[in-house]
Amino acid sequence: MSDVHADSQTGSAPIEAGFGDYVALLKPRVMSLVVFTALVGLLVAPGAVHPVVALAAIVFIALGAGASGALNMWWDADIDRVMSRTRRRPIPAGLVEPGEALGLGLALSGIAVVMLWLASNALAAGLLAFTIFFYAVIYSMWLKRATPQNIVIGGAAGAFPPVIGWAVATGGLGLEPWLMFALIFMWTPPHFWALALFMKSDYHLARVPMLTVTHGRRATRAHVLVYTAALAPVAIGAAFTGIGGAVYLAVALVLNVVFLRGAWAIWRRTEAQAEADGYATEKRFFRFSLWYLFLHFGAFLAEAALRTAGLALPLTGG
Amino acid sequence: MALARDHELHRRRAGRNIGVGVTLVAFIVLVFGLTIAKVQSGGSIEAFDHTFRPGLAERAEQAQ
Repeated sequence: MSDVHADSQTGSAPIEAGFGDYVALLKPRVMSLVVFTALVGLLVAPGAVHPVVALAAIVFIALGAGASGALNMWWDADIDRVMSRTRRRPIPAGLVEPGEALGLGLALSGIAVVMLWLASNALAAGLLAFTIFFYAVIYSMWLKRATPQNIVIGGAAGAFPPVIGWAVATGGLGLEPWLMFALIFMWTPPHFWALALFMKSDYHLARVPMLTVTHGRRATRAHVLVYTAALAPVAIGAAFTGIGGAVYLAVALVLNVVFLRGAWAIWRRTEAQAEADGYATEKRFFRFSLWYLFLHFGAFLAEAALRTAGLALPLTGG
Repeated sequence: MALARDHELHRRRAGRNIGVGVTLVAFIVLVFGLTIAKVQSGGSIEAFDHTFRPGLAERAEQAQ
């Protein structure tokens, strides 16, 4: 669009994307979670990685996550236009053309995978490529609009970063990275269903088959409780592996008791009670779920630091 | 009517250009740092044109 064209058409400031709008396509808040969990996966793995290689690997994993975010925004622009939570994203806001988001997503995907391969190894790059494909195609294009299990299965995409981080450090895989994967995978459903409980009309209007829409709110509350109960043994069980220890066990016990109490409170509530206090319990549970994940991975990191300092209290037999 | 020099449009474009520039410089610095790190780690470096490649020589010796 030329200056003259823009000015003659509207007579006022034309809408044109700034650099920040393209950054917003990469979902920076999701990227921060990816960076943190991938970094933990990389740092708790046995074996040392050169700091520059580690930095480059994390940057390219984050870039891959951002690329899949751009592809998601390209595909979901019609949904984003309807939901109040996503209406201000760059495409529905008219700042970025859908084709630009597609181009950016594809280009960054290629760059991220190739550069991660060059920086680390083929396994890590292959896992990153699969993660991008899983999020953009399996989750965004297929599951999200097809089944209420969308975020259960789609949660795998968000669970891969620590596995990729581990693969960068070791060139292989083991039980521990899959436990970190399981922790995020099992955490995702209660986290998003709590959000869906207080964002009811959004998913309804967008015709996204969230559990709240297809099975009702009572069933969603029960699912939050069941998944939270299933998550607890996974989270606590990690204490008895090579990446856990006494500190992690203490942290995990406290966090899971609090999380279970929250899920129990959500299950006991009726819609009338939730409406009356503006979904305070559900919102509190959602906020705490972010801390829950952050502190578990922080505890993994603390255990790794203690092991390095020779101060760890391992709970494994070996 | 021409756009003023300090129009919002120009500010946004300038911001975009600076952002792309900074990103590219950061990418170059990262790849350069990565190269230095790989070289320091003792990875084998082999040129591919008009020069002797130790990797091929080892394979030839093993074949014999």
